[in-house]
Amino acid sequence: MEPAREGREAGGGSAGEGRREPSAAAQAVALSPRLVWLRMKAASAEEVIRRMAARLEEAGFVRPSFVEAVLERERTNPTGLPLAGELHVAIPHADVEHVIAPALAVATLERPVAFRNMANPEETVPVSVVILMALNEPHRQIEMLRRLAELFQDPDRVRRIYEAGSPEELIEGLGLNS
Amino acid sequence: MTQPKRVLVACGTAIATSTVVAKAIEEGLAARGIPVITRQCKAAEVPALAKDFDLVVTTTPVPQDLGIPVIQTLAFLTGIGKDQVLDQIAEILRKR
Repeated sequence: MEPAREGREAGGGSAGEGRREPSAAAQAVALSPRLVWLRMKAASAEEVIRRMAARLEEAGFVRPSFVEAVLERERTNPTGLPLAGELHVAIPHADVEHVIAPALAVATLERPVAFRNMANPEETVPVSVVILMALNEPHRQIEMLRRLAELFQDPDRVRRIYEAGSPEELIEGLGLNS
Repeated sequence: MTQPKRVLVACGTAIATSTVVAKAIEEGLAARGIPVITRQCKAAEVPALAKDFDLVVTTTPVPQDLGIPVIQTLAFLTGIGKDQVLDQIAEILRKR
């Protein structure tokens, strides 16, 4: 083990120190059981995105233009992420102008659907967990984004999300509010 | 004091992905003793901006003929190969 280095940036890098105070940045992003789907049955990435975006729009988080903006982005810059374990994720999102208030919608899928690979749009990734992100000020939401990236890097945690028995359990497993 | 190296971080929309990647690069390189300044942009903006930077790190494909090194990686999102990529970035930046 290397000794802890000095001069870490303020506000960052307290990983490994256990539970922290709820972060304002993480809390500012709405995450509610109404925005969670367990074992959604869907035939395509587009269907998943349309269903999730419709509820974000009904709930007042995004403008009507959001859904097409997300789908267009998937066409030009897809968001499928092949992870280290067997379960892969996608993080569809769109430009900030389509968002009214920040929120996450999360779906686990009964069967994987194909998203194109962010790194190589000519490949597809079989995706089992979709996190549709409505972000309006990503720099203020960086803590939430970092926690999501940490989650993706741990196959056991992704598996727990996928196997969550209730929306509340899934939200707990995301680890954004602790 | 060495000048901080300049890293251009690109993704599809310059919203979520590049925010995470830029932060991870700043921290990972600081831990390797290399101060860096990052700027985020959309992949489509890379050709116009590249000349002012030492390195491009991108999650999505960009042109390769930019005159500066390009690293395309999902490691900062997926964790796969993250330390190796940070070592690779450090090696490139030490030479520039």
